[in-house]
Amino acid sequence: MGTFDFQNVVLPAAAEQARHDIRAFLQAELDAGRFKPHRCSWTSFDRDFSRRLGEAGFIGVTWPERYGGKDASTLTRLVITEELLAAGSPCGAHWIADRQSGPQILRHGSQRARDEILPRIARGECFFGIGMSEPNAGSDLAAVRTKASKVDGGWRIDGQKIWTTNAHQVTYMIVLARTGDAGPDRHGGLTQFIVALDSDGIDVRGISDMAGNHEFNEVFFDNCFVPDDMMVGNEGEGWTMVTGELAFERSGPDRFLSDYQLLATLVDEIGPEPDRGQAQAIGRMVAQLASLRRMSVSVAGLLDKGEQPTVQAALVKEMGTTFEQSLPEIARTIAPTEPTLLSDDRYVGALAETVLRAPSFSLRGGTREILKSMIARGLGLR
Amino acid sequence: MDMADNDMAGIINEQAQRLFEGTVTRDQLTAADNGDFQATLWAQVGEAGLPLALLLEEAGGIALDPVQAFELIRSAAYYAVPLPLGETMLVAALLNEASEGPASLAHGQAGQASRVPYGQACSRVLVENNNGWRVFERDQITGEAGRNLAGEPRDALHLQGDGRSVERPQWLGDEGLAAVGALLRAVQMSGAMRRALDLGVAHATERKQFGRPIAAFQAVQHMLADAAVQVASASAIADNAAQAWGKEDFVVRAALAKVRTGEAASLVARVTHQVHAAMGITQEHSLHFYTRRLWSWRDEFGSDAYWAEWIGQAVCKRGGAALWPSLVAATS
Repeated sequence: MGTFDFQNVVLPAAAEQARHDIRAFLQAELDAGRFKPHRCSWTSFDRDFSRRLGEAGFIGVTWPERYGGKDASTLTRLVITEELLAAGSPCGAHWIADRQSGPQILRHGSQRARDEILPRIARGECFFGIGMSEPNAGSDLAAVRTKASKVDGGWRIDGQKIWTTNAHQVTYMIVLARTGDAGPDRHGGLTQFIVALDSDGIDVRGISDMAGNHEFNEVFFDNCFVPDDMMVGNEGEGWTMVTGELAFERSGPDRFLSDYQLLATLVDEIGPEPDRGQAQAIGRMVAQLASLRRMSVSVAGLLDKGEQPTVQAALVKEMGTTFEQSLPEIARTIAPTEPTLLSDDRYVGALAETVLRAPSFSLRGGTREILKSMIARGLGLR
Repeated sequence: MDMADNDMAGIINEQAQRLFEGTVTRDQLTAADNGDFQATLWAQVGEAGLPLALLLEEAGGIALDPVQAFELIRSAAYYAVPLPLGETMLVAALLNEASEGPASLAHGQAGQASRVPYGQACSRVLVENNNGWRVFERDQITGEAGRNLAGEPRDALHLQGDGRSVERPQWLGDEGLAAVGALLRAVQMSGAMRRALDLGVAHATERKQFGRPIAAFQAVQHMLADAAVQVASASAIADNAAQAWGKEDFVVRAALAKVRTGEAASLVARVTHQVHAAMGITQEHSLHFYTRRLWSWRDEFGSDAYWAEWIGQAVCKRGGAALWPSLVAATS
């Protein structure tokens, strides 16, 4: 049962100092009226917020100083991200770059990619999108068909990606493309490339979601040139890198704090004298959140030691997104209202935002069904 | 806690697991179900020093780190050890004094205490009333037998005299023994549900229908995955409270643990029975030794509903802005 144990991790003093600092930063932002907590999530794209955050030294903190980082531990980064999320800050612009693209480039990128890109990410000037899913490769990621062909000095990319959040606003995306035969396990012949969105041969088309927001995009590649040194890792290593990235993507607090502001506003909506049912419901949610935080910190501790806790990460995401999705349902039961977008009432607005966002929680970053199958494999059932 | 302490804890834990695995038999569990106190097993547990795990060394104890000591209680629950091991261990630590035999803890009023775990078998009972804590010894205790759903003794006791007055520690706040018992049951539930899950996984891989193990069906895999999530969550939140034993924020952590493990117990019991089908609800199969304990323990020392209300009241009183900082503090 080793993979189902979540050891206690004590946060180092540096991480607690970071908490103090990021809270002060966020309070100053709030005092200046620069964001509305109940209207934001970690996909809310605010370029200026990310730039100020980068200037203040809160992006890419785990990277070496020469790349704009602070050589901080994964645990320090965890503290910064959980505080950003709990405060309801608009951290969508830099989120993907800080969480997964930057770390990939640091580990597997060319020297030029590291030198040119990482410091700009850390300054909050350069943002990333994820180029994994395709129309016929969703949960079945090994089915990607976007093709990269070798040409003089680089690669030509042809194909299509979809569901790339904020592709119309980011600087780069990391594209998973087919460079060779899939092989018997279907995981071979895949390679990742850093593609600048302003390259020739790229067409980005927006997809509006049901809330009327434009976050998703389709991205078309037609004879798009990528230089050799923008390949990530070696040819054919794409699958290993993508799956290695998932523990980072899945265990973080973005899997249970997406709608935290709804819980905070719900508590205020109910007020200091809850009835029995309200108090019980709040208590149950707080207990779930407490165990999720504990588990997430524990996984961060394993990542910090260089381990790849894929099953633990799947457990955190599955429990976390189930919790996030239950929150609006419980809220509307114990504090009924008619959810209204852009309402001046914080609770009513947060409920509206969350109801419309909730279905995505158990889709992005690996569907619930894929995660449960990974957990089942961890149990030895498959 | 240095390396040597850690090794010590590891050795004791390994010994305890070997003892439980080798000696706790089906027959014994069935006999305990019928009300027989397992005196031989108790003697073995005592020889291994397990009831002294949390007691300070100067008082003759082993003084394990609290998380390690509670790990012993979890192991005992994993094997459904039919003894008041946890109760005895905690009472010794709270009184800073070992008892002759088994000990227990309960609320009491006017010379009565109801549903006392293993009350009649105990040589000492720590009783909490409105005025504080009192200790009653063997010759001051009489009573009538009662049981919980798992057949564990939950006796009605008559307490003679005033008992010995002892000081109630500050860190237990107004909740006192209820919080101690809540964590005890939470830790036990995390162990028993892990066993139920293990039994479910084993059964799913062995049992064949439609020409293949039922583990091959995605519906069964996903059900057990749901249970695994709950088991992981329950252990994590129970450890979170165990670590605060003797500290300021113990009560809130124990409350969080009782709520979360109680909810988890319900789901794990439901799933593991579904996986075992009719076989799992027979007397002959072992699953019920764990699930009946889960169904009892989730309601003892305050149900998940009780403690959830307690937490919810406190959270609402302090308001939305205070929630996040206090959540971080209670889980660090």
